[in-house]
Amino acid sequence: MNNSMVSMDKHRSVGTRPERIDAKEKVTGSALFGTDIMMPGMLHGRILRSPHAHARIISINTANAESMSGVFAVVTANDLPEADDMKEKLGESTINYKFLRDNNLASDKVLYVGHAVAALAAETPDIAENALELIEVEYEILDPVLDVRESMSTELKILHEQLRTLGSTNDKSTNVAQHIHHVKGDPSLGFDEADVIIEREFITAPVHQSYLEPHAATATWGKDGNLTIYASTQGAFVTRRQVSQLLQYPMSKIKVIPTEVGGAFGGKNPTYVEVPASLLSYKTAKPVRVVMSREEVILGTGPGSGTSIKVKMGAKKSGKITAAQAELCYEAGAYPGSPVDPGSMAIFAAYDIPNGQIDGYDVLVNKPRVAAYRAPGAPQAAFACEQVIDELASSIAMDGIEFRMMNAASEGTERINGKLHKSIAIKEILGIIDDHPHYNEPIQGPYQGRGVAIGFWDNWGARSSVDINVNSDGTVNLISGSVDLTGSRTTVAMQAADVLEIPLEKVKSSMVDTDSISYADTSAGSRTTMATGKAAVEAAYDVIGKLKLEIASLWNVSIDSIRYANGVFSSNKGKDTNMTFQELAGKLSGQVTGHGNVNVEDWAGAGGGTIVDVEVDPDTGQIKILKCTVIQNAGKAIHPGQVEGQMQGGVVQGIGWALYEGYEYDKNGKVLNANLLDYKLPTALDVPNIDAVIIEKPFPSNPYGARGVGETPIISPAPAIANAVQKALGVRLHRLPMTPSRILEEIGITSE
Amino acid sequence: MSSKLVVNSNINGQDVEFLIEPQQSLLEILRDAFGLTGTKEGCNDGNCGACSVLFDNRLVNACLVLGVEIEGRKVVTVEGLANINELHPVQEAFVVEDGLQCGYCTPGFIVSTKALLDQNPDPSDDEIRFWLAGNLCRCTGYDKIVKAVRHAARLMNEAR
Repeated sequence: MNNSMVSMDKHRSVGTRPERIDAKEKVTGSALFGTDIMMPGMLHGRILRSPHAHARIISINTANAESMSGVFAVVTANDLPEADDMKEKLGESTINYKFLRDNNLASDKVLYVGHAVAALAAETPDIAENALELIEVEYEILDPVLDVRESMSTELKILHEQLRTLGSTNDKSTNVAQHIHHVKGDPSLGFDEADVIIEREFITAPVHQSYLEPHAATATWGKDGNLTIYASTQGAFVTRRQVSQLLQYPMSKIKVIPTEVGGAFGGKNPTYVEVPASLLSYKTAKPVRVVMSREEVILGTGPGSGTSIKVKMGAKKSGKITAAQAELCYEAGAYPGSPVDPGSMAIFAAYDIPNGQIDGYDVLVNKPRVAAYRAPGAPQAAFACEQVIDELASSIAMDGIEFRMMNAASEGTERINGKLHKSIAIKEILGIIDDHPHYNEPIQGPYQGRGVAIGFWDNWGARSSVDINVNSDGTVNLISGSVDLTGSRTTVAMQAADVLEIPLEKVKSSMVDTDSISYADTSAGSRTTMATGKAAVEAAYDVIGKLKLEIASLWNVSIDSIRYANGVFSSNKGKDTNMTFQELAGKLSGQVTGHGNVNVEDWAGAGGGTIVDVEVDPDTGQIKILKCTVIQNAGKAIHPGQVEGQMQGGVVQGIGWALYEGYEYDKNGKVLNANLLDYKLPTALDVPNIDAVIIEKPFPSNPYGARGVGETPIISPAPAIANAVQKALGVRLHRLPMTPSRILEEIGITSE
Repeated sequence: MSSKLVVNSNINGQDVEFLIEPQQSLLEILRDAFGLTGTKEGCNDGNCGACSVLFDNRLVNACLVLGVEIEGRKVVTVEGLANINELHPVQEAFVVEDGLQCGYCTPGFIVSTKALLDQNPDPSDDEIRFWLAGNLCRCTGYDKIVKAVRHAARLMNEAR
């Protein structure tokens, strides 16, 4: 593998802002998303969902639905083979196929309101919808457990009798799926040394990724046994893997064609509709499309974890942190797999802490099984840590930035989990905040406050595949196994174009299906531009190497004598001819293909920060975001416009978490806000322009120095806003979302 | 089973006649009967704006309009804005300003922006944000969308 950096004089596309390759298709409405797929003779699939949060399924009677005119087939978990009790890493979270099977179609128990129980296919969506009512399910209703702390201690409301705590020797049924424990140094000694200790508890609500496109898949099970699935997924190959496991069917016979994806943010890694659509197609011998409604998306697919987090930190009057301790209790929902592990990694990651302890708990509750959501686990952790940091600083009368700077982690810092930081830029970020005009300008009025927070995310590397075919006219076709979520077709092509030293317009860049290229991991963990970009660079170097061989034989000189610079091949031995890339391409067979299959095992995390000004209305409790600046280390901004977009979008999601978003439940586990009116997302009116400041501290192991950028920006907005509210009102909120009624409660006005 | 009705309308400048069940929404008709899938379904209850279309030049959510209501009326969808070889200035501006990420909400924003600029050719940022509050975008944070709308206003004013 080529680990050297691409030389700076080759940065022609990289660092510029070319038009996105997919932009015209998207602004004209021509781009085909998962929900847009239509096939001749296609049936419409719908899923029956549980009205109960916790119940045993006694029986399912599908006869009446099956006999309804226009209904072609009904499937339940009985149509699925037994799944292996096997855990696998899938994107940023792990998945157990037995649990995934039960989440796709419940077998013995339903574990949340909205849990899929059966699916059917009918001629029209209306018939399908009406037929759902004819499926009779008899339930034995059980008590649900909805609170994470209650679930950790209950012996009665157990979701999975067979479950034992990973990381514990206790052989009792429990809802705690895993206990993670990290210690560094001597925490109790560290707290003894502290002059000030702050200990606080924080609660955050489950929040949904809220991609605008609902989950959608269209499956065709051919007479030849080949299964083709158009899916709105972050990873065609991970979807194939899950379908293969759940159907116990060979991967070679399953072709997943990724459609355009209308947002994902981590939530389109697990399968939900692909398997029911496939089963229904198998039973009916027709194409079947399953598209979720918004209510189904909210009820039945992965939110980010609701959490309860305790943080205790101690510091000297001089400003040095002596010890930190955290207990992170993360809701996994119905099946194990909350992001408590990455949350535990993230919580103190920005700081150099001599003594620390972290305990993380993965806790089952009767809510939908969580899925990854943009920097999974980290925003919740930062909401806790960054408020305690602010409180510590003010308790020793030190400026928050100065305090953070004094304790900032840097390259080589040992983290609480024992790992050492690679190249990071926390101090640089703090320096930029400190010098930024926004941080230094005066506050304008009463009930206004300015808050700051920082965050760090580890990102991901993993496997990517790119092939580049050279055409006889000097253009190239670049295909990638990575799904393009928000512009990676362009950013990956830019990196290849620069190595090939051809203009970006000569590169056609596409994402392809699972039959057409070798394996790529899912587009998650902020990895695609960085890791798939590296695969594109490898493929481009492979092309150049092969072209050098071709030209060496053409000129009858040794390959070592061939130079390639500025798009021109030349030789320094006996031959003074030059030949351009395009001229050479014209002389070739049209069969030169460069391959780039990489497994990026050396990648770097990225830090970022948010400065935010808020104004609180003391009568209504409403928080207005007046001004917001976001700072982030991109390593190298391949396409600065896209990087800014990631930062601005991440911040606004963070504002949503902070102010509006969160599942609300009644005591029986029914979701009270399963629509986009009551589950409020930020609108254009709720947020100001977001000023994005990119810093570039390159990561040496990437050809361009690039780091992942997609996730970091969601981490620090919520604590920055909480810190700003504290400045504005003098009260601190320990709970997300910070709704008007909670603000009024904090300032002593109870709403009725 | 309800009986179907005949509806005559004009969609994207074409006179059309079609059969429809009375409960079907305009959104269903556009997508399923006419294959105009640029108009997206995000929520089907009027909260996301992904199905924004022009109904006799008025901005509506197609999911909240019944198909039968377009009898004798004009509907313009995102597909009706561009010529074959040329983008509408609003589309051009969204491309140039990177006013999109995943692109799912984009057609709704484009149609909504056209409706805004038709009645207010030079909106302030506040007016833009107020007008677009009926369209949800989960990716961009709206910053580049607002810039795109300003850019579109410039392009359209230059063309006048």
